[in-house]
Amino acid sequence: MTAPTTPAAASAAPVVRVAGLHKAFGEREVLTGIDLDVRQGEVVCVIGPSGSGKSTLLRCVNLLEQPTGGTVEVLGVDVTDPDVDIDQVRTHVGMVFQQFNLFANMTVLENCTVAQRQVLKRSRSEAERIARANLERVGLADRADAHPSQLSGGQQQRVAIARALSMDPQLMLFDEPTSALDPELVGDVLAVMRDLADAGMTMIVVTHEMAFARDVGDRVVFMDGGVIVEDGPADQVIGAPREARTRTFLQRVLDPTHTDVA
Amino acid sequence: MTGSPVTPAPGTLTASRRRWSPRRRARVFRAAQYVVLLAVLVAVGLAVDWANVGENFFNAEAARQILPQLPTAFRNTLTYTLAGFAVGLSLGTVLALMRLSAVGLYRWIATVYIEFFRGIPALLVVVSFGYAVPIAFGVNIPSVTTKAALALGLVSAAYIAETLRAGIQAVPKGQVEAARSLGMSHGRTLRTVVVPQAFRIVLPPMTNEFILLTKDTSLVFLLGLAVNQYDLTKIGRDALNNATGGLTPLFLIGACYLLITLPLGQLSRYLERRTGARSRA
Repeated sequence: MTAPTTPAAASAAPVVRVAGLHKAFGEREVLTGIDLDVRQGEVVCVIGPSGSGKSTLLRCVNLLEQPTGGTVEVLGVDVTDPDVDIDQVRTHVGMVFQQFNLFANMTVLENCTVAQRQVLKRSRSEAERIARANLERVGLADRADAHPSQLSGGQQQRVAIARALSMDPQLMLFDEPTSALDPELVGDVLAVMRDLADAGMTMIVVTHEMAFARDVGDRVVFMDGGVIVEDGPADQVIGAPREARTRTFLQRVLDPTHTDVA
Repeated sequence: MTGSPVTPAPGTLTASRRRWSPRRRARVFRAAQYVVLLAVLVAVGLAVDWANVGENFFNAEAARQILPQLPTAFRNTLTYTLAGFAVGLSLGTVLALMRLSAVGLYRWIATVYIEFFRGIPALLVVVSFGYAVPIAFGVNIPSVTTKAALALGLVSAAYIAETLRAGIQAVPKGQVEAARSLGMSHGRTLRTVVVPQAFRIVLPPMTNEFILLTKDTSLVFLLGLAVNQYDLTKIGRDALNNATGGLTPLFLIGACYLLITLPLGQLSRYLERRTGARSRA
């Protein structure tokens, strides 16, 4: 494998290059030939009906799912190569889950320091300094000593973002980060993600928040039935979709009471 | 509501107030249960010959006879329990990991082991270690404690393995995925995230295993013991043969077992409360 890529080198090659990706769970084909490049600093929002393979695609990028075919290059490293040290690649790729998945046996601060100390071998003081800076960034500096169970869903999700950022990732993956939240808590999480995008973070966001995808996304990818149906600038895909399937989906999502599908 | 029938307005319930509403019936039923319980207690209290019971269960002379043997027996029972638990926990951990292994053969071996030792009486295993195993395998295990630990540990490991496996599997998969996505290795994830959370989950059933094991040490007399190796049950049984105090020895022995097991339950509840307060997901 190659050495961890510096941002300068990464700007030449795409941060993520997915080519001919297939994924099957037993007999069930979930992804049937995905090609996707994500460049440095790009925010790519992946939308599509449930079961279309969006989350599976995201999970193939950091190898939480093992692809059954094709290649996935992350920061210039082909993660499907069995000889690649995936743990090393993952330290550069932050992931935020739908169910937050904060470590239940640790405080907020410990959640944000444990991997820094154990994996990156940072000192306690350095790890805590970085963790507190990131908690500040998501607006939760005052909850450092709380336990996850004491936080609201929105707060837990922002801690999860701070935890991922504390590893200084070069790419962030978001797997439906607001789908498990009460509606009034969604805004805070989206605001943090918007700040992150403005700061130039490379992001792949699987989401049902069409307004977010349109406003914050540079590109929107519409998936259906295990393939990418449409891939283009956010305004175009959501505002003026070319494909009939995209139009049908957007109509259903944007106006759920409208049953007369085109 | 008045007694006269009224035509209900739309949207109001016609229902009525029956003399025996369900809530009222429940209240009366509860009161009846107290009355029955009280009646049973009074009947038992009157029917029992208390002097005779005292003579049989709290005979001072019989207690004096057995008392000098109690400390050693108490210590022996504790030793057998702890040694058995050490073997059971170590082997049980290995078996639990084998049950969760990606290697099918390991899973199969562990399953066969667990089904076998869970399915036969502990008594058979202890007897085997007393007679058959030393001859069959040509090994002479000199220490009784070792023999007891192996016999009881082999059985207990089967139960402990299942408890541990269930505990590990009860930790949500998302916890593992979060740790792995931060670059933690499989082993590190187990140590830092899974095991601490599984510990709290298995604490109550593990206390159960320990208490069951404590009581199973009453079988070690089948190994053939010297006098100074007698456990609590053994001295109790022997005392029954020559004492005049009826069941007094057994009563004392039972109290000794409770002296071990009751604090354990307390400790388990304390630990559970302490870890639970901070780590409930």
